[in-house]
Amino acid sequence: MGRKILFITTDQQRYDALGCNGGAIARTPNIDALSKAGITFDRAHPQNVVCMPSRSTMITGQHVSTHGVWMNGVPLPEDAPSIASDLRAVGYSTALIGKAHFEPLLDPFLRFTENRLGNERQTTNNPADPHRGFDHMELSTHGAVGQLHYSQWVRDNHPEAVASFYRVLDNELQVNAQGGGDTNAPQLKINPIPTEWYHTHWVAQRTISWLNSLPADKDWFCWMSFPDPHHPWDPPESELHRVPWREVDLPAGYIEDKSKREKILDNKLRHWRGWYDGTFVSNYEAPAHWVPAALTADQVREVNAFTHVENELIDDAIGDVLGAINSRGWANDLDVVYTTDHGEFQGDFGLLFKGPYHVDSLMRLPLIWRPAPSAKTAPARVSAPVGLVSLAATFAHIAGLEKPAYTEAPRLPISDDDAQKLGHERVLTEWDSVLFGKIVHLRTICRDNWVCTAALDGTMNKFGEGELYDLANDPLQHVNRWSDDSVRALRDDLLSDLWASLPAQVLPLRTMDAPV
Amino acid sequence: MGTVRRHAFVECNADKVWAFVGAPERLHEWFPITECRVEGSKRWITLAAGIVFEEDIITLDQDLRRFQYKIVNNPLIKFHIGTVDVIPDSDNRCLVMYSTDMDPEVLALPIGGAAGVGLAKLKEMFDGK
Repeated sequence: MGRKILFITTDQQRYDALGCNGGAIARTPNIDALSKAGITFDRAHPQNVVCMPSRSTMITGQHVSTHGVWMNGVPLPEDAPSIASDLRAVGYSTALIGKAHFEPLLDPFLRFTENRLGNERQTTNNPADPHRGFDHMELSTHGAVGQLHYSQWVRDNHPEAVASFYRVLDNELQVNAQGGGDTNAPQLKINPIPTEWYHTHWVAQRTISWLNSLPADKDWFCWMSFPDPHHPWDPPESELHRVPWREVDLPAGYIEDKSKREKILDNKLRHWRGWYDGTFVSNYEAPAHWVPAALTADQVREVNAFTHVENELIDDAIGDVLGAINSRGWANDLDVVYTTDHGEFQGDFGLLFKGPYHVDSLMRLPLIWRPAPSAKTAPARVSAPVGLVSLAATFAHIAGLEKPAYTEAPRLPISDDDAQKLGHERVLTEWDSVLFGKIVHLRTICRDNWVCTAALDGTMNKFGEGELYDLANDPLQHVNRWSDDSVRALRDDLLSDLWASLPAQVLPLRTMDAPV
Repeated sequence: MGTVRRHAFVECNADKVWAFVGAPERLHEWFPITECRVEGSKRWITLAAGIVFEEDIITLDQDLRRFQYKIVNNPLIKFHIGTVDVIPDSDNRCLVMYSTDMDPEVLALPIGGAAGVGLAKLKEMFDGK
């Protein structure tokens, strides 16, 4: 028997969401215990800060330029590499339960397998050669609309709950700007749904059900993928007592003074201020009709409170699943990897949601690898920069496989010394958005505690412009030092490294077949 | 307004391709829909997710080899026009262009994606024929 792999992802979660990373609001004892017994990464970045590109990196072990899913709405090709296929080929049972999102969600033509599986209430399209190497797929997104399995389950079993969720899209099919709660914050709603019907609970229960279907001596790889704490922020009303929003402190990244906030924004690439003022909505991931400049401190508090309620529910659900795994006798051979696909502003810089903004709010992610106790790996915190691009090679390593040839990064290290040996010196992040003529392209490197972002030609930015942040002395990234002559040599060295390290972009870019 | 355009070069005579593409009742043979019904200048198409679009055929120009239609009587769709052009490039090669202009703009994207699938199917059916 080999090691079992439980890969846990959340969606749009910040590094500081967790107690083990200094988070002081949500109580996350189950995740904290994984951190204490495992490897906790303090500088883990995604290779793109929205869902589909980032998730495509997780499964392929490739940068965005290589796998080609350059924005939400661009489907990952059916024949793209998948680490699940490699694991399945050596005898692992494989499952993906929860949010996949390698393919567009808005799919009225049912072109994509994820949606067809949900529509047909099937868990596989082909048992002999299953979609992306997963023997079993039961999928969910952020509510009860669409074709995926959770939506069908709610409609079949609790139709009265369909309307209890926030309505994600408005009448123009744009991300809804409608406000809710006590503060009228966008994408926030008091949801009367019972906790047992909420998708976090459903994902955990479907995971336990699949695990219980396996023989005791079977090796398995299970990707348990929670849709939360991604907006809409609509956790079960009965759980809101966990974090009373009026008692939530404003986050360190929220700049209360409006003139100071706007001065900081004006010192960044121009698209930041354009979005803040509501004049340049370059991507579909934030409400088109919401103006961030109108965000109030109380709205930030309420959004944060709802987010942390969702974080606590995820931690509870993980506790349930780990308990079920223990009861099967698998605990000693179980590796757990925990992360998310990208971050969330949650009030930093007076903003919510995400987009072409390469700062810690969106790029610094929680990442924990708790190796199987049988592997006797010493717990550690790793400060070296790593990326989600290393996940596929890590899963292969756990299963005793060679690093797959298609992957572009070494496995995750187990210490800073190991990081040096493996060559974890830098981590890269890309952004490309082209939405009805609004264009943003960014390329970013993080190395030596600096983050350097180069703009390519776009609607508001030109090649030669950029951002440079000193993470050690400016942890909130308030001071853009791109034009600071005293660090010009460092900037140029980082840029040289960036251009030398980025894989060549596969061209032509594939078409965007949906907004999300 | 969302505007999307997809195209494909098909290695086949334009008249031959147009004889097929310009037959509105044959849309389901190349476009990823499940049903298609035409009555006079009206067409109804059914998508795999069960959605039915009622359409007005507004141009069927045999000389230009241009087909235009619009989705009507749909509470979600404020404006739509779809255009398919078949343009000769040589005796045995033509350009097929599928354009969609739409409000709400985001709906143009999945229609554009479906058009890409349809154009690939056309190439499969007509290249070298």
